[in-house]
Amino acid sequence: MDENAVDRFLERHDVPIVEGEKCTFLFRGAADEVWVRRRIVGQPQRVPMRRLGDTSLWYVILELPAGSRVEYQLEVRRGDHYEQGNDPLNPRVANSPVGSSSVCQATGYVVPDWIHPDPDARPGEIVDLAVQSRALRRENVCRVYLPARFRSTHSYPLLIVHDGDDYLGYASMKPVLDNLIHRLDVAETVVVFTSPGDRNREYANSAQHARFVAKELVPRLESEFPLLSRPSGRCLMGASFGAVASLTTAYRYPDVFGSLLLQSGSFVFTDIGNEHGGGEVFDPVVRFMNRYRAAPRKVADRLFVSCGIYEPLIVPNRSMIPVFEGAGMQVRYVEARDGHSWEDWRDRLRDGLSWIYPGPQKYVYE
Amino acid sequence: MNSTVNADSPSMVLLGPQRRPGLDKVVAALGLDGPFATITAGWQERESADDELTQHLGGAAVNLRLWERRQDVLDRDPEFAAAWRHRRAVIDEMQELYLLGVGHTVAALDDIRAQGEASDRVRDLAIRDAEEVLRSLDRRHLERVREVHADFYAAVRPHERDLIAGHRAEVAQILGQAQAVVIAGGHVAELLDSQHLFNVVPAGLDRLPIIAWSAGAMALTERVVLFNDNASRGPRSPEIYDDGLGLLRETVVFPSAHQRLHMHDLPRMATMTRRFAPAWCVPLDPGTRVTVDAGGRLEAGTTVIGPAGSVATLGRGDDEGDRDG
Repeated sequence: MDENAVDRFLERHDVPIVEGEKCTFLFRGAADEVWVRRRIVGQPQRVPMRRLGDTSLWYVILELPAGSRVEYQLEVRRGDHYEQGNDPLNPRVANSPVGSSSVCQATGYVVPDWIHPDPDARPGEIVDLAVQSRALRRENVCRVYLPARFRSTHSYPLLIVHDGDDYLGYASMKPVLDNLIHRLDVAETVVVFTSPGDRNREYANSAQHARFVAKELVPRLESEFPLLSRPSGRCLMGASFGAVASLTTAYRYPDVFGSLLLQSGSFVFTDIGNEHGGGEVFDPVVRFMNRYRAAPRKVADRLFVSCGIYEPLIVPNRSMIPVFEGAGMQVRYVEARDGHSWEDWRDRLRDGLSWIYPGPQKYVYE
Repeated sequence: MNSTVNADSPSMVLLGPQRRPGLDKVVAALGLDGPFATITAGWQERESADDELTQHLGGAAVNLRLWERRQDVLDRDPEFAAAWRHRRAVIDEMQELYLLGVGHTVAALDDIRAQGEASDRVRDLAIRDAEEVLRSLDRRHLERVREVHADFYAAVRPHERDLIAGHRAEVAQILGQAQAVVIAGGHVAELLDSQHLFNVVPAGLDRLPIIAWSAGAMALTERVVLFNDNASRGPRSPEIYDDGLGLLRETVVFPSAHQRLHMHDLPRMATMTRRFAPAWCVPLDPGTRVTVDAGGRLEAGTTVIGPAGSVATLGRGDDEGDRDG
């Protein structure tokens, strides 16, 4: 094969090339070595590519089961110089607060149709709400989603979302809510997006954060919006450390929230000793999780828990399900062939939100 | 007024979903030319977007605007609105708890059916016992819902409130001038609540020919049953919601049955028919047209879900043998 043949080949194929469960990753350019870097628990994180003959084309074939969605980057060595970045041959990228990654959508993976703005779905409105917090000693500017056709004579359930700006920015949560409410999958809900100051401190089992949510934010919201104002109409939600913040807040105020929606919770614990390998930001989390596992208790009536099976947190998440159930909570647990990513959390929103606050589908017969 | 409407005309015609509307043909076949009173409260905020409906009725239609009237009451009568919201919250709570009981009983039924080593006779007895538990849950739930409604109406006394009384008088006047009533589908709870609040049955609905589809047909029955085997969060058992208007007797209707029910699951369908007996379970799929006689009963030849769970045809008379169809 010569370079002209490589040109023609690349023109005819989307990269990575997905053929059944075989995915061929490609790189073209001058290099001494090239690797695919991905984070799949139990698999090599850095997979070397091979050069095709004397051409500038490098490749490796990886097996990805149907339904998988994997984020990756390419690492290239030229002499002593190493460079890592997104796959220049693949236009699909996923964004997050720490940058973007290339995305491989394996066979059978479908981007949900309910994440894109639907012209038939009447949009809700987002308004800013500044909450001065004595507990956190700072102002917290929340975004409040009011569903389409919001009426003050109605009473709405409340969903409080940790890392709110990231859910809006990286998980398409505004069109998702518009669409799921429009399709009657999810009840008309007032959704409050709150964002952290010092995330590692506020979300890692912080009494101040819990007090802010339960004693400052919820009362303020219930005084300003027509909410159901009972535990079954209050839900806390978050991903990763945001899930820890949700769980620990409900733990400190067990009669306030009826439901939790926990995505890829950083529920790291140890069975022997305190060494956990997660760095000091995880210390308060591990202390909390170990204490909770020693004496589990009911913190809400219903828990929706989801996790990607390719992320290391799959082990603690799977381990917590029987603990949560044993504490008397109704748990709905969903796994996906995905990783610790905003698009994974986005893709699970319909399952989670429609279970927490089911829409009026059963009432509507057109 | 057209002379073909007489004592022999059906009191009601029930239709399947009108995504491809055939209403104008039904109206022509019945010889109705209006004026019609229309009820589109199930469309909620879109209640007044009824141009196409009015066209099908030859332009001779007046919308009762029941949803808008109810919103007016909720906006202008805070005391009534507070009591109304409280009743809604109590019923929602009761519905959830009742559903927990139904869900566990249906799961038990599935477990019993899966007991391959049990003899058929023993298993059938256990199935009948569990079904009786279901019927008992349905019965008690409906009784409690009625109690909540009775307490609500006793407390708020809507007939003594000028705003509601005024709306009721207007509704009665429109119905008094109508030749027939057309009730569209939509949100069955909103539809039912609006019709109850403005007293549409004593105001004339029980004396007029009615054409209704989907949720509109459900509201006419004695018991409104909610169902959706294909919900995005998985199948849930049919559930009793409330008393309907009671004009359509011994019937439970299932709009879009082939889409919303697991019709191929015959044991599940058979349990459903026994659960709601003596009422007949009537699928209202697109294109369906069911006629109801002046006594509010289904006519012979109506497609029903038979006792074996499969689609059957209602025979003539009340012969119980017809249930084996």
